[in-house]
Amino acid sequence: MPMLIRFEGGQARAAADPYQALDDADPLPVAGDVVVSLARLLTEGAALAARSGRLGVRLGPAEDVLALKPFAGRLDLIALELPKFRDGRAYSQARLARERLGFTGELRAVGEALVEQALILVRCGFDAVTPADGSAPEAWAAATRRYRHVYQRAADARDPASAERLRAPKVGQGA
Amino acid sequence: MYRQDDIDAAFLADRTAEFRGQVMRRLAGELTEEQFKPLRLINGLYLQLHAYMLRIAIPYGTLNPTQLRTLARIARDYDRGYGHFTTRTNLQLHWIRLADAPDILDELAQVGLHAIQTSGNVVRNITADPYAGASADEIDDSRVWAEAIRQWSTLHPEFSYLPRKFKIAVTASPADRAATRIYDIGLRLYRDAEGELAFEVGVGGGLGRTPHLGATIRQRLPVRHLMSYLQAILRVYNLHGRRDNLHKARIKILVAQLGIEAFAREVDAEWEASDKAADLPLDELARIRAGFLPQGLTPLPAVSRRLEAAKADSRALARFARRNLAPHKVPGHAIVHISLKAIGATPGDCSAEQMETVASLAERYSQSEVRVAYDQNLILPHVRLDDVPEVFAGLEAAGLATPNIGLVSDIIACPGLDYCALANARAIPIAQEIARRFSDPVEAEAVGELKIKISGCINACGHHHVGHIGILGVDKKGEEFYQLTLGGSGGAPGEGEAAIGQILGPALPFARVAPAVGDLVAAYLAARQDGESFIDTVRRAGLAPFKAAVYADAHPL
Repeated sequence: MPMLIRFEGGQARAAADPYQALDDADPLPVAGDVVVSLARLLTEGAALAARSGRLGVRLGPAEDVLALKPFAGRLDLIALELPKFRDGRAYSQARLARERLGFTGELRAVGEALVEQALILVRCGFDAVTPADGSAPEAWAAATRRYRHVYQRAADARDPASAERLRAPKVGQGA
Repeated sequence: MYRQDDIDAAFLADRTAEFRGQVMRRLAGELTEEQFKPLRLINGLYLQLHAYMLRIAIPYGTLNPTQLRTLARIARDYDRGYGHFTTRTNLQLHWIRLADAPDILDELAQVGLHAIQTSGNVVRNITADPYAGASADEIDDSRVWAEAIRQWSTLHPEFSYLPRKFKIAVTASPADRAATRIYDIGLRLYRDAEGELAFEVGVGGGLGRTPHLGATIRQRLPVRHLMSYLQAILRVYNLHGRRDNLHKARIKILVAQLGIEAFAREVDAEWEASDKAADLPLDELARIRAGFLPQGLTPLPAVSRRLEAAKADSRALARFARRNLAPHKVPGHAIVHISLKAIGATPGDCSAEQMETVASLAERYSQSEVRVAYDQNLILPHVRLDDVPEVFAGLEAAGLATPNIGLVSDIIACPGLDYCALANARAIPIAQEIARRFSDPVEAEAVGELKIKISGCINACGHHHVGHIGILGVDKKGEEFYQLTLGGSGGAPGEGEAAIGQILGPALPFARVAPAVGDLVAAYLAARQDGESFIDTVRRAGLAPFKAAVYADAHPL
């Protein structure tokens, strides 16, 4: 089973994955946390929502994250797939989940997630990842802290350079 | 110029530290070339035919003398003593050792330069008007907006893995000197009926194997919403642009497939639903603008007696002044073009010594500013007319005073098969051959404005599609052939609306290209009316007389 890493407060920790990934044909277990496809969520949403366990959905890169709107309050996990290192659709999907749907549950990157992407994953709102390169939580935490400043607002809480400059208007008039 | 602050400096330091770590892991064998490739590309490091090539960003083409001297020193210490300026106003060093790359980036960072996002599927170096801040017709300094976009797009987390590279150009003048119609996004700033600054936003321009001119998706975007609107365009592209085929991945293909209206509706829906937190605070805009405020040039008599007297004494200076000066917004000043197209030279190449000469001249005579222009030439933007004789003498001594701006020998050429792993054919020797054919400045001036652009392959780095004469290198069974196009235009003043050139006829072998250009020029001189330019003659007369001139005695190829 791939390792799960969770980000919290600038740290990254290995965590147990409580979710069971269900194929569309698998019967719904009576109890326990499950992850289903978007198709299954859309057709069996009522039955899934009525279960007691936690509910997760896994989206491919071409699937519309805004289709989750009716379920956003009930979902505990959205897993977004990175089919290739250089396929960046999940970053937009993640921001839409956080900023448009107001989703506050776990946002997990699965697939070709490499430690080099740590900072942009976190900045786009991901708070969990199953690394494809077997890299350790320490490496992920270090990668998210590599830059003291960022230049744009995203789905994380970081202030961009423009806001830092407003707070400290004297900073940096020197160079 | 933009004043780099502590935040910018810290960011560059963090960036080079990160890349140094990646290079060390690569050299130690901890990263494979496959894994390292996207990391080095986003830092501007390519692996070419003979060596690594480092593409250094010159943001919106503006440099100060310290930066230019640093580039000279790097070219001398780490390369072969010269660099190559590109149509994207970047500087390429073609003979770099991987182990040196982190040190080079450190040295660049010391003077506020970098190679961030000069490659990869990201927002690339922003293009602005090379005359920004100096031209009388501008509504605003386009570099203010280019710098704001540069910062916003730097390591943008959402847009670091776009379907394909993404290029943005900004013009703030009715005369489009930034070729905005051939960019993924072309921003044209104007003042609306209420006197407010607004952007006309064009999307989907690009050259390459399927050339398109950008179409307008928003006629009037209030400037305060620029960033949130760019975010909407890029988000729609990031989610829906094709990723299954490298050659169909640019935004122009998405726009063409959806149709411009449907694409615009998608962008508007996304933009209206997004909060506008992405937009730039006015204070930050004001801070950026402060760096670009006018330099306090003092108006002088519009005619310099000193320059006029010197011109009367020197035919060479008079010719240089006719060809290489453009009007400045402050009377008594000029924008001085420095040609990197000496006859027989490689277009865009500049030696370390030449860079140092230009840096010194800029310091002394041009408010410490140098521009790199789209046409692979340099510009001293703020020169007093009285000082032009000294500037000319300094340039001439360094081999930089070729009086051919806009003429037949002022050719744009990509590095081509002499350097580039993608090329099908050489571009530089074609440019050299044509320039030699028109080395007589009197003849070249009689021919008048004629823009020749050469690409060594269909990726079109030499922008052949928008050349008045475009030349494209193709491979025919292992031999270099060249396809000629006519009537292209980047939309700059004097060349009419932007247009994609039309193919003239069958491709020609290497040896026939320069003679064919000679034939085209002869056909133009025979057909021209009332002193019209080459491009105007092509537009009026069509391809027929030119086809006849080139293919009249053609045996089947």
